[in-house]
Amino acid sequence: MLKNLCQKIFGRSLWVYHANSGGCNGCDIEVLNVLTPYYDVERFGIKLVGSPRHADVMLCQGPAMRSTAQALRRAYDAMPAPKLVFAIGSCACGGGSWFDSYTVLGPVERVVPVNYYIPGCPPRPEAIIYGVAVAVGLVDKKTAPAQFKQLVLPIPRYHPDDLRGSDEAVVYERVEKV
Amino acid sequence: MSVTSKLKETLVCLKAGRVTLPYPVQSQPVAENFRGRPIFDATKCTGCGGCANNCPAREILVFDVCQEIRILEYAGRRCTYCGRCADVCPEKAITLSRDFETGTDSIGDLQQRLEIFMSTCQRCGRCFEEPSALEELKMKGYRQDDLANDRWVYRSRSYCGGGPAVDDVQIEMD
Repeated sequence: MLKNLCQKIFGRSLWVYHANSGGCNGCDIEVLNVLTPYYDVERFGIKLVGSPRHADVMLCQGPAMRSTAQALRRAYDAMPAPKLVFAIGSCACGGGSWFDSYTVLGPVERVVPVNYYIPGCPPRPEAIIYGVAVAVGLVDKKTAPAQFKQLVLPIPRYHPDDLRGSDEAVVYERVEKV
Repeated sequence: MSVTSKLKETLVCLKAGRVTLPYPVQSQPVAENFRGRPIFDATKCTGCGGCANNCPAREILVFDVCQEIRILEYAGRRCTYCGRCADVCPEKAITLSRDFETGTDSIGDLQQRLEIFMSTCQRCGRCFEEPSALEELKMKGYRQDDLANDRWVYRSRSYCGGGPAVDDVQIEMD
């Protein structure tokens, strides 16, 4: 549903606003690399703007921090209504390695609602383009939660019920599983 | 004058060629030593919990449901792909793949969860003997990280109690 809405609302071009709320500048460099001629995203109509009031999309880098949470929230509130938020980098997605320290509040979704996540530290420029392409609907996402369960115990459980005495020796019944 | 300079500029531009990579149309190869998303091989994993103890972002949680079943949960949100889990793994069950296209619309997509049978000591009930007293303090036979609230119980103080939520932080707005 969100995807259809995106395609409807952002049919033409995305103007992005680049908000760093206390990251290490690594993700900023990667985002700027996306805008250079090497990964020229202006061919898809994506353009960097300087003010959140002109923007459709906010690219968040860095965790939500105690000192910048208010500014981030104000920038989000200043954006006009159909808006998307991208969390770029592992700080914005999950709070980074220092997620439980005093100055860090956690991931940016504690301050602004996040629509798309691009993990990585920093994510490659291709990964950022891929995330945007997922949002626009050009490609399908490749990740899915993985779960693994061992259904059979691979080793025998030793239990007194399985022990049978025969003459002198004690035989363990399920010994064939060893 | 200006026409010639423009022509000269055009020549320079044509000479420079095209540098834009055709990324979204055709995929771009990554470097040999690129570290991407870690993949956990549950058939090789012995559940020692070394990856959980060594993760700088404390992203791998261990929870023992009972004596013989251990849950290893990797959430993957703040993973920095440093590769320390793969380095420390004695069974080489963790490989850092070269997969970088992990953009997604729900953060739970990056999760990997293993449920492993543990063979414990029949006498003491612990999984294996600890090498030193300090290690023993850190990790007994049982570990009860808080999977529901996403807390690494022994070191972390708190983290997003009850999961991510907007407006649970009081921000003073003017």
